[in-house]
Amino acid sequence: MNVRSQVSMVFHLDKCIGCHTCSIACKNIWTDRRGTEYMWWNNVETKPGTGFPTRWEDQDRYRGGWEKKKGELELKSQNKGKALFNIFHNPNQPTMDDYYEPWTYDYQNLFNAPEGADQPTAKPISMVTGEYINVEAGPNWDDDLGGSPVYAKNDPNLDRLTPEQREQLFATERLVFFYFPRICNHCLNPACVAACPSGALYKRGEDGIVLIDQKRCRGWRACVAACPYKKTYFNWSTGKSEKCILCFPRLETGQAPACFHSCVGRIRYLGVLLYDASRIEEVAKLPDDQLIAGQRSLILDPHDAHVIAAARASGVHDSVIESAQRSPVYQFVKVWKLALPPHLEYRTFPMLFYVPPMSPVMASKDGGVIDHVSGDLFHDIEESRVPVAYLAKLLGAGQENKVRYALRKQKAVRWYRRALTVGDVTMETASRMLAEADCSPEEADAIYQLTSLCTFEDRFVIPPMHREEALQMMEDPLEHKASAGFGFVSAPQRGL
Amino acid sequence: MKTRDAISWIRDEVDPKLRSWEEFYRNRWQHDKIVRSTHGVNCTGGCTWQIHVKDGIVTWEMQGLDYPMLENGLPPYEPRGCQRGISYSWYLYSPLRVKYPYVRGALLDLWKQARAQHEDPVEAWKSLVENPESRQRWQRARGKGGFRRAGWDTMLELIAAANIYTIKKYGPDRIAGFSPIPAMSMISYASGARMLQLMGGVSLSFYDWYCDLPSASPETWGEQTDVQESADWYNAKMLAVMGSNLNMTRTPDCHFAAEARHNGSKMWVFAPDFSQVAKYADEWVAINAGQDGAWWMAVNHVLLKEFHHEKKVPYFLNYAKQYTDSPYLVELHEHEGRWQAGKLLRANRLPGYETIENGEWKFLIWDAAEKRPKMPMGSVGFRWGKEKGKWNLLMKDGLDGSSIDPILTFLEKNDGIVPVALNDFGEGRVVTRSVPVRRIQTARGETVTVATVYDLLMAQYGVARGLQAEYPASYDDENHPYTPAWSEKYTGMSREMLIRFAREWATTAELTDGKCTVIIGAGINHWYHGNLMYRAAIHALMFCGCIGVNGGGLAHYVGQEKLAPGESWAAIAFARDWFPAVRLQNAPSWHYVHTDQWRYERDFTDYHTVPPADGNGSSSAHLAHGHTMDTQVRAVRSGWLPFYPQFQKNSLAVVKEAEGAGAKQDEAVVSYAVQQLKERKLRFSVEDPDAPENWPRVWYIWRGNALMASAKGHEYFLKHYLGTHTNTISDETLAEGSTRAVEWHKHAPQGKMDLVIDLNFRMDTSALYSDIVLPAATWYEKADLNSTDMHSFIHPLSQAVPPSWESKSDWQIFRAIAKKFSELAEKHFPEPVKDLVASPLAHDTAAEIAQPEIKDWMNGEVQAIPGKTMPGLKVVSRDYKNLYQQFISFGPLVRANGLGAHGTHYRIDDEYDSALKTCPTVSWEGKKYPSLLEDEHACNLILRFATVTNGELAYRSYKEMEETAGVPLVHLAEKNRGVRLSYKDLQAHPHRLLNSPMWSGLTENGRAYSPFTYNVEAMMPWRTLTGRQHFYLDHPLYIQFGEHLPVYKPKPLPTQYADLKFSKEVGPTKMLNYLTPHGKWHIHSTYGDNQRMTTLSRGVEPFWMNDHDAADIGIGDNDWVEVHNDNGVVVTRAAVSARIPRGICIQYHSPERTYSVPTSPLRGHRRAGGHNSLTRTRLKPNLMAGGYGQFTFHFNYWGPTGCNRDTHVLVRKLPELKW
Repeated sequence: MNVRSQVSMVFHLDKCIGCHTCSIACKNIWTDRRGTEYMWWNNVETKPGTGFPTRWEDQDRYRGGWEKKKGELELKSQNKGKALFNIFHNPNQPTMDDYYEPWTYDYQNLFNAPEGADQPTAKPISMVTGEYINVEAGPNWDDDLGGSPVYAKNDPNLDRLTPEQREQLFATERLVFFYFPRICNHCLNPACVAACPSGALYKRGEDGIVLIDQKRCRGWRACVAACPYKKTYFNWSTGKSEKCILCFPRLETGQAPACFHSCVGRIRYLGVLLYDASRIEEVAKLPDDQLIAGQRSLILDPHDAHVIAAARASGVHDSVIESAQRSPVYQFVKVWKLALPPHLEYRTFPMLFYVPPMSPVMASKDGGVIDHVSGDLFHDIEESRVPVAYLAKLLGAGQENKVRYALRKQKAVRWYRRALTVGDVTMETASRMLAEADCSPEEADAIYQLTSLCTFEDRFVIPPMHREEALQMMEDPLEHKASAGFGFVSAPQRGL
Repeated sequence: MKTRDAISWIRDEVDPKLRSWEEFYRNRWQHDKIVRSTHGVNCTGGCTWQIHVKDGIVTWEMQGLDYPMLENGLPPYEPRGCQRGISYSWYLYSPLRVKYPYVRGALLDLWKQARAQHEDPVEAWKSLVENPESRQRWQRARGKGGFRRAGWDTMLELIAAANIYTIKKYGPDRIAGFSPIPAMSMISYASGARMLQLMGGVSLSFYDWYCDLPSASPETWGEQTDVQESADWYNAKMLAVMGSNLNMTRTPDCHFAAEARHNGSKMWVFAPDFSQVAKYADEWVAINAGQDGAWWMAVNHVLLKEFHHEKKVPYFLNYAKQYTDSPYLVELHEHEGRWQAGKLLRANRLPGYETIENGEWKFLIWDAAEKRPKMPMGSVGFRWGKEKGKWNLLMKDGLDGSSIDPILTFLEKNDGIVPVALNDFGEGRVVTRSVPVRRIQTARGETVTVATVYDLLMAQYGVARGLQAEYPASYDDENHPYTPAWSEKYTGMSREMLIRFAREWATTAELTDGKCTVIIGAGINHWYHGNLMYRAAIHALMFCGCIGVNGGGLAHYVGQEKLAPGESWAAIAFARDWFPAVRLQNAPSWHYVHTDQWRYERDFTDYHTVPPADGNGSSSAHLAHGHTMDTQVRAVRSGWLPFYPQFQKNSLAVVKEAEGAGAKQDEAVVSYAVQQLKERKLRFSVEDPDAPENWPRVWYIWRGNALMASAKGHEYFLKHYLGTHTNTISDETLAEGSTRAVEWHKHAPQGKMDLVIDLNFRMDTSALYSDIVLPAATWYEKADLNSTDMHSFIHPLSQAVPPSWESKSDWQIFRAIAKKFSELAEKHFPEPVKDLVASPLAHDTAAEIAQPEIKDWMNGEVQAIPGKTMPGLKVVSRDYKNLYQQFISFGPLVRANGLGAHGTHYRIDDEYDSALKTCPTVSWEGKKYPSLLEDEHACNLILRFATVTNGELAYRSYKEMEETAGVPLVHLAEKNRGVRLSYKDLQAHPHRLLNSPMWSGLTENGRAYSPFTYNVEAMMPWRTLTGRQHFYLDHPLYIQFGEHLPVYKPKPLPTQYADLKFSKEVGPTKMLNYLTPHGKWHIHSTYGDNQRMTTLSRGVEPFWMNDHDAADIGIGDNDWVEVHNDNGVVVTRAAVSARIPRGICIQYHSPERTYSVPTSPLRGHRRAGGHNSLTRTRLKPNLMAGGYGQFTFHFNYWGPTGCNRDTHVLVRKLPELKW
């Protein structure tokens, strides 16, 4: 057992309101500079939709992530023979059209326009070229099903549905959408790290955060191609790639990452998971239908004495082990099995997990009058508007039963709470629902507590980062106390 | 240990040296200072924010997390703040920031010339505005570029001169100011309002103008709006969300709804489109747009039939008896064999009660024990009588104190069954339904026939209860209103679904004692008949005992404000510390009249369905016909609504004239004016609004976007206010021959406004079209206060950095204008002058019992008595040369009179004296006052003198109220008596508001605020006629309009609404119903123009339309479209989506004309407009009623609303893109 600790995340999609406060919290702090305008380390997508960059899930196009070839794992974007070639020419890179050309407006025209015959207006101008532009794409262009015939209908996750089913999804009786916020998954088996020819990407030993060394990066962009989530970006000003850093300067000071802090839907959870690094390769080679169970098996029980001993042996700090024991992520992912990784079939082992969303009941139309297909207080998940098959493609590595399990349990908790708080549902019914959902009343209470009543401290259990120990390896912390901040800050040099 | 490899290709890096580059990101995160502030206009979120400052520059903002926890079992408030708020820091240093004063070049040139010729700035201004050529020169340039930077001194002098000139020439009430929603930055609002009121100018309302005032709230509760804080949604076990998009518009509160679901609450969402909040719904009811009223009317049918009549749920029936008007007796009148429901039976009609005080304003219910009508306490007559201690909800007779056991229905025991005529507006007919009645002998020996409100409701909702005539046979009877089958044809939703909803609703309420909540907003309220839709939903709440309980009630959220420390704030904002009379104008009437929008329509009955003329008599007193303008004039004359200017003569001159005619005392001046009015020698301005002497002349706009986001009929603003270009093609003479009470001018004036001044931090449309733009400090650059009804905390705005460039806080700007004004006044007004102020009959005063009937003094039907049958008239003395001193001094009137709001009162003399010792003071003319010099001084005085932040004053206010009410109240304040909050306390962390009798919810021990819990638990009356919640509205105007009982009225048809009389279809075109709900990427237009929000949306405010509708006329996603009607034109991009149903379109509120707006080929390639280019407002006349219980004017509280949702437009693909 090779125990590592990883700061991991859960996003509760049922609670997500699609407000993008997270995106801007991040942008304000990290990607408001020249060269980074188009980067959205955190973005929120409407599903169904094609996302940002557009159709990022289409790996036939982008060739991100891993694939199994003859029992071995290989990066889809490059094999060993092609790697060198691809340094100079990578046909799978997203282009500016796949992202968008960042723009602003000629606001000054409003102040400076000379008196004329008509009202002045501020035309859109490119932030790259400074020229007037025709705005035709943005980082959230298909928000709330905008342009649904062009975007939502071409969501790669609809592949499994028949053409009729796909068409139906856009009729009043079935129409639906939900939100899908995304940051870097800080994967256990990150394709970006493996792909970097310069060795500039690494996982931080103490918390598993994946970083791009801004000194070593040479701007080859192999990471951009390799990441199947398209969460590394090329800074066209510095010539280096950048990505979500999980706000490590905030984590190091005991604060939640900005997008977590600012999440006004209170959908986000963060905490440590202990995992067995020695089994990653083995698990990554499992067939698709065993991947979810496989990833769960990598995650270790932080209360288990053997795990604790092994963790200590691997150099995991006691305080981190304690933090792992209080991790809300462990509850959601491992204990309750409510949270699922996105597109695990890419085999990078994302350490960001999603609780799948419930959705309104489907309708039927008879003689121009709409009725709903269920008369129950809370309809069955099979009658929900978001097809389970769709969620399975997104979050279940294709396994519908994993999604169904997570949805059933959420639904059962609601019946149970209804029985307790109103009583128009009998406790007998509620208990049956719980039993069918593999959930005890105690577990239901715990799920309810962490879903509804959670405080900031419940949602974010941030492990101590022991900066003093990290610094001690280089200098006396007392000296650092006295001298921190002195020195000249210089911007990174372009290229080499 | 250095690099560790988990797998050969993954590097785990621990080597500190290799990782020393990580400081790259750490350096960015490091910052110098965090300051607490928030966002100060429009948004009612009231979130606390941490503003991060680095190197003396605001770099970003993050939400504050330190809200005190509420009671156990409620989720916490953290974090609060949304995508819009977190992008605010962009504005501070953006190219859109107004950094310096700007002035229209044409005006500046003329001003410089005039000043060269005139030593006196007032003379200079006179020379410009009295020369039509020069006046038009800058008017026609409005909005067309040519701004120039100017110095502060020049601008202040010009503005002050325009004020002085206008006051001398026309009167102070030609100077008006508009600023919305004070609660969000109340000091900034107060700054301009205070200056205007000291001057005698006019403050324009906003809540009703925005059409956000839910008229059904004052109709039912006598309350503007009082709603639960969002945490209380969590207590609801059934949430019905309609016309409100929580994700979009209640972003930081939305989680409470989401979290309630995981606690077993059920959520129904009603919306024609799959709105964002529909995502959370258990059931999304895809109801036809604007048909929610039909749904709720039929729901009420089911509730009454099954749960009231059949099941007789005790909780529901007891609630109805105790807290609603349902047991009250209504007089019925016979007319041609059918009976009509009339007014509530007055107590003084009956023997035993005929001589009681205010007997016309006390009402009766049938007592089960004594089998006779008795008179419960709590009605408006008890509130305003000399006799105190009986204004409460105890079920006791007001005369002898005996207890009353109310009878709800005469179904079992009655004196007969009579056929009552009821309007079916959907089918345009009258149905006659049997109603059980009692017959009662009056003191005069007449016999009156009465029914209970409850029995009338049963008849109106169509619940047969075994009665025969004209009741529906079953739920499936689609020909009778208001069955589930009937509702299908309007809502498009099945009867089965509706019945299921009603049963779930009532069952939930029965099991939880009323924990059903309706969350409602603009999507309903902005329709012409929004009040009726609201009322129908409110009835479902009242029938099930859901009002005044935690987890229950009507949660109306749109534009609502809750200025929590209202008593002291209002004193400062409206200069009540100096003057006892104010000029507060309901903006809907003002804009409807002054922008001449009334000229573009004919009779309101063209689109407003009213009862057939035969039934209710058609005397001259009958007002349910004719032109809205006539009702408007009538409303002003009768004191129902304010209107400024008041008179066609200068209000200062009227006093002089009176004095010239021998009037010495104020009373004599008033008598003189009344006589002049009676003789028609003095005319109300509203009777001839197009005459130059009646135009508004100087207009201040601050904190708002009066010319775009809130300018319903924007193109008429441009034409008639500004005198610049316009894209309307409608006919300004449509009203000719339709109006009677107003002077008709063949040509409507263009360019009524001499000077428009805008205070702004950004160049929005209002700034672009103003003459002068003054650079305002942003919300991170000044001290202010912020409160909301979304939560129960009060927040500061703070100065993270000083006002940037040449900007100043609003308080500093108006203070500076006041100072310059006072300097010029030394010469022009060396002595105080007297001003005659007219004001309407006011809610929460004895004027609530002024007019038992509609009678017109002008026709001699009644005496002309100011403050009773006509507007109140008051003489005040204005001291213009000391106006600045008054501005910065907390004046003596508050010390003498005390403070209060909503009918409360408490003395503050000791607090005032102690403030003189402990607070900053100013002294002038030998007297000392608490200082209002600085923004922070104002903050502290407001906090010190308000009940929600000073526990001792809350205690006093309850104590005084105990005397009126006769029930114990001070226990609600006992625990808080020592609390006294200051501005610095608020900066330290958020504080919860204290219980106060000014508000109707209770918050002790972390309890979530839910409105009317004070009424229900402390037995305090609602501020209505009976003191109970009103199902029945017996105002004569309501009876005439057929809205005394709940009804369904059809939506105005596009053909009748006069929006498409002149517009032509050119090329493939669709007509669509045009909706402007609140959007995701802006709050009104604020934030919508910042780079964050434009990027995350589509760079324009797109035109959302259905994919099939779009395909029909060849429009693809992101194509440019031209959207037009008679009012104006919009050119934008299409967002084509299956989410939008066919037949409607959405442009979210609200775009700016300032960015990314091309020209319109259909309108001569002029720059296209914004969403309000397509709207024109209509006022609903029965909302103008006054002087009668809850139908009595209060600023932003009562009056017609500026509705706009029934508008239709034509859309086509833009043939040619030209900028």
